[in-house]
Amino acid sequence: MKIIKEKHSIAMRWTHWINFPVLFIMIWSGLMIYWANDAYGISIFNFSIIKFFPTWFYEYFHLKRRLAEGMAFHFLFMWFFFINGFLYILYTAFSGAWKELIPKKTSFKEAWQVLLFDLHIIKILPPQKKYNAAQRIAYSAIILMGIGSVITGLAIYKPVQFNWLCWLCGGYHFARILHFALTIGYVFFFFIHIIQVCIAGWNNFRSVISGFEVVEEPPSINNQSTSLTTKKEDGPN
Amino acid sequence: MDQTDKKTDSALTVDQKIKRRNFISFGIFFTASGSAIAGWKWLLNSPKEIPSVTGGARLPLRKALNKTELFFRNFYSNNHLVKVYPKYMAAKTVRVNSLIGIDDDKNFDVKNWKLNIKLSNQKSLNISIDQIKTLPKTEIIFDFKCVEGWDQIQHWAGVKMSDFITHFKLDDLAQCQYIGLETPNGKYYVGLEREAILHPQTILAYEMNNAPLTINHGAPLRLIVPVKYGIKNLKRIGTMSFSNTRPKDYWAENGYDYYSGL
Repeated sequence: MKIIKEKHSIAMRWTHWINFPVLFIMIWSGLMIYWANDAYGISIFNFSIIKFFPTWFYEYFHLKRRLAEGMAFHFLFMWFFFINGFLYILYTAFSGAWKELIPKKTSFKEAWQVLLFDLHIIKILPPQKKYNAAQRIAYSAIILMGIGSVITGLAIYKPVQFNWLCWLCGGYHFARILHFALTIGYVFFFFIHIIQVCIAGWNNFRSVISGFEVVEEPPSINNQSTSLTTKKEDGPN
Repeated sequence: MDQTDKKTDSALTVDQKIKRRNFISFGIFFTASGSAIAGWKWLLNSPKEIPSVTGGARLPLRKALNKTELFFRNFYSNNHLVKVYPKYMAAKTVRVNSLIGIDDDKNFDVKNWKLNIKLSNQKSLNISIDQIKTLPKTEIIFDFKCVEGWDQIQHWAGVKMSDFITHFKLDDLAQCQYIGLETPNGKYYVGLEREAILHPQTILAYEMNNAPLTINHGAPLRLIVPVKYGIKNLKRIGTMSFSNTRPKDYWAENGYDYYSGL
């Protein structure tokens, strides 16, 4: 028979979905700022491999070459990004949800197996609870990245007033590079996240909106607690 | 959304409960998404501010910039000094980013230059560069930051603004909240808060890398205010005035944050 299994709290769902457009606006306005001085790239022995970014990139995303506008949006939405992230961290800390989130000792080893499973190289997924080892690492990392963006952002926003933060980030120049690298990291995370959500399917996606999953249970009530923890529906989000 | 009413819950079958909860949560999800999109469209189409000392930004964004400024000014203190560097780290070729107010003044002659300080409606004070050079010289080698995002360690020297104010007996005027600086032709102008002007590292510079300023760097006298972005570091200062309201500011009229502080 079908049963309703509670999965995501209302706090997690709201902060997750608020973060989505806010982060999008931060990246969009951040690119407008970056375009004013798009100095970064990756090169080896003076041979440029990647330039962030070629002109077509900005044009493709319909970005305007308008630094003032980018800054105005960035400095408004940074508040929402910060407050939303702060509330999420508070919730995770006080509800005890962090226990399901932070990587365990075994997570780094298990994450490799999760990767192999996702790539269809191995057939058996290591046992998992709400989040598997790879998810624990990824979701904890993204929280640290968020904190990193706020700190590096403040360091380049007020390098004199928060000069100790600027020092902590390796100076103004390096802080800006870190801030940029974190943004690239979000985009990278986003694509993998979307692919994983598609693979995980509807039941999993729905749980981030409505909070529950529907699982098929054998009629016996005694099995319920054990089967719940090993169910495959707990798969990648 | 999570906790549906217990009484109705028990009367429903599992399928009904699923349907009911899906309906409520997706209803809220789409309503919230819709309002977010509507809010975003409103912001994108919101009217531009009425041009005054600031301009060019959308009204809600300008409000946000000003509110954010008020918040971050709480952290401002003239005890916060900009990091200074040893001389050898200073750039040999100092970047020139903008020539507004300079390249559009064809008749300008450094020899005829005097700094004009507006004392009152009628009176003004004219100061020559030689008079300024008799004052104690202050050097600063710091990381100059452009609003565009680049930075460069630069070496400047001139008279400390606070020394200048005391020497020319401008202390009473300098009690005003703001100072306004303009190029001789009035094409470029900035407004600065009193605190930034009195910051111990703010100088009126006449030397760069131990040599007199070049024309493109604002000869004969420019402002170096390390607690602000480069846009506030006016080149070729022509006039100086004091007021308790914000003076006009070139980039703030173009949608930038008036404060532009670091």
